Amino acid sequence: MEQNQIIALGDELYQAMRKGETVTPLTTRFPDISVEDAYHISLRLLERRLEAGERVIGKKIGLTSKAVQRMLGVDQPDFGFLTDKMAFSQGQEMPISEQLIQPKAEGEIAFILKKDLMGPGLTAADVLAATDCLLPCFEVVDSRIENWQIQIQDTVADNASCGLFILGDSAVDPRKVDLRTCGMVVEKNGEVISTGAGAAALGSPVNCVAWLANTLGTFGIPLKAGEVILSGSLVPLEPVRAGDFMSVSIGRLGSASVRFS
Amino acid sequence: MGNLSKQQIEELAIHLENAELDAYEVTKITDDFPQMSYEDAFDIQWEIRRRKEARGHKIVGMKMGLTSWAKMAQMGVEHPCYGFLADYFSVPDGGDIKHAELIHPKIEAELAFVLKEELKGPGVHIGDVLRATDFVVPAVEVIDSRYKDFKFDLKSVIADNSSSTRFITGGRMAPPSELDLKTLGVVMEINGEVVQTGAGAAVLGHPAASVAMLANMLGERGESLAAGSFIMIGAITAAMPVNPGDNFTVHYQDLGSISGRFV
Repeated sequence: MEQNQIIALGDELYQAMRKGETVTPLTTRFPDISVEDAYHISLRLLERRLEAGERVIGKKIGLTSKAVQRMLGVDQPDFGFLTDKMAFSQGQEMPISEQLIQPKAEGEIAFILKKDLMGPGLTAADVLAATDCLLPCFEVVDSRIENWQIQIQDTVADNASCGLFILGDSAVDPRKVDLRTCGMVVEKNGEVISTGAGAAALGSPVNCVAWLANTLGTFGIPLKAGEVILSGSLVPLEPVRAGDFMSVSIGRLGSASVRFS
Repeated sequence: MGNLSKQQIEELAIHLENAELDAYEVTKITDDFPQMSYEDAFDIQWEIRRRKEARGHKIVGMKMGLTSWAKMAQMGVEHPCYGFLADYFSVPDGGDIKHAELIHPKIEAELAFVLKEELKGPGVHIGDVLRATDFVVPAVEVIDSRYKDFKFDLKSVIADNSSSTRFITGGRMAPPSELDLKTLGVVMEINGEVVQTGAGAAVLGHPAASVAMLANMLGERGESLAAGSFIMIGAITAAMPVNPGDNFTVHYQDLGSISGRFV
């Protein structure tokens, strides 16, 4: 794909995000678009957000469940960037009707790093050694592509369908948790809607962060000390709307809740 | 209220137990006995139990079935159900399960409660269960409905001892005071691949709620759960079909793991 085309598509997605509108899938308009093209479009989208004053505070990994990968016909996850405007704290309402288009919530584990991680060549052990603490978290994904009609290139270009996120308050040392078996319970409006465990994301959330560090490393991008890393959903995505209330509890990790407006 | 005669109950018990012992499928019994009541269904199950005990088998525990809201919806039933565990259902951790002795087995990740005090319904609640529990230990249940294609209604499945056939227990035990039973995670692997994950709250919102419901259901028949009872709470994950040659391991948060093989 030509550089000017990449810039035009990055700008188009930025405008869609700001105006709360969807666009026709890139893959229907450009059937030859590659995943690498899509990553460059996402970097242009990020550039526009930084020009508007946003700051990168972390990264996310997406498409970590086998079921979602099969649905999109891919065999690997994808990644996106987290900015300060996307972050919410416990007690704050999340204004999805104002800021998002077609939101879905997913329960995840967030890693806070104490050391930089620069791939490639990193292992799960490197990730654990670089992790300061773990937090329960909701990521609310959103797609700027109409009706979530995404293929891998569409979601990669669209910042891995990232929307907003909210962290819990309990920070736990990774030495205290078996990330593979820790259980997750998600409730919506007081009803248990799904349960899962760490192994649902690439066998372990630690593997997800290692994949992210190694993949970003090939683009020359590090995971930095202090950054928030969202490690991928452990349960199916749940559509949400204003007025919904959700909570996620994770074994040995604590809980987070969010009210949507 | 019972709508079947004592003789019909005995004949249906023989019909279903033979299907279990010789591993063949039958059609659901409500097709032929639409007037069958829940009381009749439990009477058939208790008659199967009596027949096994009369042959010298020991009843070593109880199990709950259809304890997830999703599973109840999937099977089109409105309540959970219970069944009994006979001595020959037990397979040691790491052991072999003979596939040919079964019809179309599936495995489920569960937990088991072992009581130190009697529980007698009605009115048993989660707090009573936690107080009366000696320890919690991992369990894997092999279910094998005797009904063709696992197609049944709640009455038929109750009469069929709630699809019970084999179970494995092992791993690490812990008192309930050391565990957060709602968020306790389980990871099921078949042939080394993660196939299911879940957490305790998948069972009626809290694993102990399942034991309370069992005590209350048994209370309706004047029965109780004695001290020392071993009770499996129902599936935390969806049931997974297994074939001869498959091996499985289920990992439990804070409670170790269980494994076995189908031969």
